[in-house]
Amino acid sequence: MRRAWWKILSILLLVYTVIAGFTTGVPEIGNLYQSIRNFFFHVPMWFGQLVLVTVSLVYSIKYLRNPVARYDVFATEFARTGIVFGCLGLITGSIWANYTWGAPWNNDPKQIGAAIALLIYLAYFVLRNSMTDLDKRGRVSAVYNIFAYCIYIPMIMILPRLVESLHPGGKGVEGNPGLSGSDLDPRLRIIFWPAVLGWTLLGVWISTLKVRTVMLEERQLEMADSKPAAKPKQEYSAVK
Amino acid sequence: MKKDLLLEIRQQYTFYGIVLYVASTVFVLYLAMDQPEEKIWNGLFWMIQLFICVNAVAKSFLQESRGRMLYFYTIAGARDFILSKLLFNIVLMIIMSLISLLLFQILLGNPLQHPLRFAGIVCLGGCSLSMVFTFLAAIAARAQQNAALMAIMGFPLIIPQLMLLMKISTTSFADVIQAGEIRLMLLLAGLDVLVTVLAIILFPFLWKD
Repeated sequence: MRRAWWKILSILLLVYTVIAGFTTGVPEIGNLYQSIRNFFFHVPMWFGQLVLVTVSLVYSIKYLRNPVARYDVFATEFARTGIVFGCLGLITGSIWANYTWGAPWNNDPKQIGAAIALLIYLAYFVLRNSMTDLDKRGRVSAVYNIFAYCIYIPMIMILPRLVESLHPGGKGVEGNPGLSGSDLDPRLRIIFWPAVLGWTLLGVWISTLKVRTVMLEERQLEMADSKPAAKPKQEYSAVK
Repeated sequence: MKKDLLLEIRQQYTFYGIVLYVASTVFVLYLAMDQPEEKIWNGLFWMIQLFICVNAVAKSFLQESRGRMLYFYTIAGARDFILSKLLFNIVLMIIMSLISLLLFQILLGNPLQHPLRFAGIVCLGGCSLSMVFTFLAAIAARAQQNAALMAIMGFPLIIPQLMLLMKISTTSFADVIQAGEIRLMLLLAGLDVLVTVLAIILFPFLWKD
């Protein structure tokens, strides 16, 4: 296995996150009590999702600059894992919100933002599936991916800061101070950042596995299609 | 570029079609709602704007025949083409917005305290709505799809803008001064600039076929 160290690192970090996250002493913050432990699972999902869709964006740009089928597969699969992480983030967030804010859904700007993100990327897949021509599909969906990302990211950066939010850092709300980054409790910090890294690496790992299976499937189809043609297309050569 | 605009303007039947669409929608709303209160008025107004925009802008790309596109391709570059489309749709949408504002005032009552300010916000809103949907229409047209795909792609992207617009426009219903209103306006304008830049950069990729 080439370059397996980051996969091992991911597993180690996640094992550490789970064990330490459930056993460490946590500070008493507002009405969070023990539910603060969700912090190690909920927040890294968003970090992970952001990283994954950003990678997807990068591959979309690369595809437009140089239309190689491989980049398109990368962009798609990273966006797909991004959706999975987004769903998980919403679920963990809803469970947490149910206990601290009283209801799973509070029309909080960040919840709305997360839902919009899911809709955008689901629309990306609808758009992809509506086209059959491979080349055109790659190009059009890459354009949409870039366009959507560029509108969406500024929005989630700016909007939650302008309107009232239950999340920390919102306007007019002091928030739960333990979560607001700069004054993060050191006991939380030593678990939180490894957790972010671990979950993100896991997301990348899942995506690369998906990319590899998709490429192998494509190659198999190609081989089946043209039995006598011995040479598989260069673009689909396996990921390094 | 001027030629494109002229061509569009000569196709007047679509223009009147949309005017009729606006009028009948507002009339149906009037029959259904009579005179709603401010908040509902505001919400309804922006929702109607959204649907007018989808319909008006969808026509601009989805109704072009293949031959016409090829013709445009020969006479104008991709950038000129998308710019003229954007410009035309902005003008169209501002006219439509003002018409629907007028109809809303006549039929659904007038809860506005500052009609002029609201009209300004409506123009700004019409601009940004039409820009986003123009570009999405270009994408949808490439995918050989109907307006449904455009709605699927567009609605999630437009929600933040609509929220912003509704927030800003609440200021024209009463004398409350909302903090950071100018900042919200600037944000909206900045978003328009962003969409234009993106459209100019990305459209050539959609164009070559």
